Amino acid sequence: MSNVAAARSGEHLPGEAGVWVFILGDMVVFALLFGVFVYYRAADVPLFASAQLSLNQSLGALNTLLLLTSSWFVVHGVEAVRAQRATLARGLLAAAFGCGVGFMVVKYFEYGEKLRAGHTITSNDFFMYYYLLTGIHLLHVTIGMAVLAYLWQRLRGAIDMDAQLSAVECGASFWHMVDILWILLFALVYLMR
Amino acid sequence: MRQLLLHRATAVWLLLVGATGLSWEFGHGFGFGSDYRLATLAVIVIALVKLRVVYLEFMELRHAPAALRWCFEGWSVVVGASLLLLYWSGS
Repeated sequence: MSNVAAARSGEHLPGEAGVWVFILGDMVVFALLFGVFVYYRAADVPLFASAQLSLNQSLGALNTLLLLTSSWFVVHGVEAVRAQRATLARGLLAAAFGCGVGFMVVKYFEYGEKLRAGHTITSNDFFMYYYLLTGIHLLHVTIGMAVLAYLWQRLRGAIDMDAQLSAVECGASFWHMVDILWILLFALVYLMR
Repeated sequence: MRQLLLHRATAVWLLLVGATGLSWEFGHGFGFGSDYRLATLAVIVIALVKLRVVYLEFMELRHAPAALRWCFEGWSVVVGASLLLLYWSGS
């Protein structure tokens, strides 16, 4: 759709089309991983159910809240860029980054707890998938935080905020995808009984 | 600050936090009597609703071109149906 036609219909594509191709591709890969996890769980429910008992659901829920809150900050960060308020936008992106740090700290304690209890990636199929899924997701959190830091730096002293909007929207969309994937991961790995 | 808080995104955030609390309760066997399978189905459905709210509201797909929005709607329907079927077949 041309920009003129899009503007007329009130539609808006946040960021660049290429980022959405990347995001959708990533979401398909995660969907396959989630499917594989539930498929193998169905083949050995007793093992998966008993291993899952050692997970700390409260820490999983805390991380959900941290990512949801970071998304709230990012939504307002995008709004601030649209309102030409660079300083506010940078503060909001920094707050979202802080939530990401919080997510990592929680994961650090969670992994430590599991490892001290002797649950490693080779313990059984459940823990193989637990470390694989949460590890790949954590990699995405790290990439998302690097993007937030890049945008924070990019907005420093920026005058023409319109020129920054597309990049900020691309980064924001990626960050929200990280949130979406965690929502499903939390339900499947931590809460599914 | 007031401007930031009195925003549609805050209502959406509250909804998502509430849904997280609800699914956490279901994950601990709240409701549905002794049939934990129904509680798990509720957990999966709540997760699908939550992620749909995130892509429509936070990702702004509510206002995005229809083709992109339908990619996400298709993803959540296919993924949701597959996960529910896979879970039910093994429980």
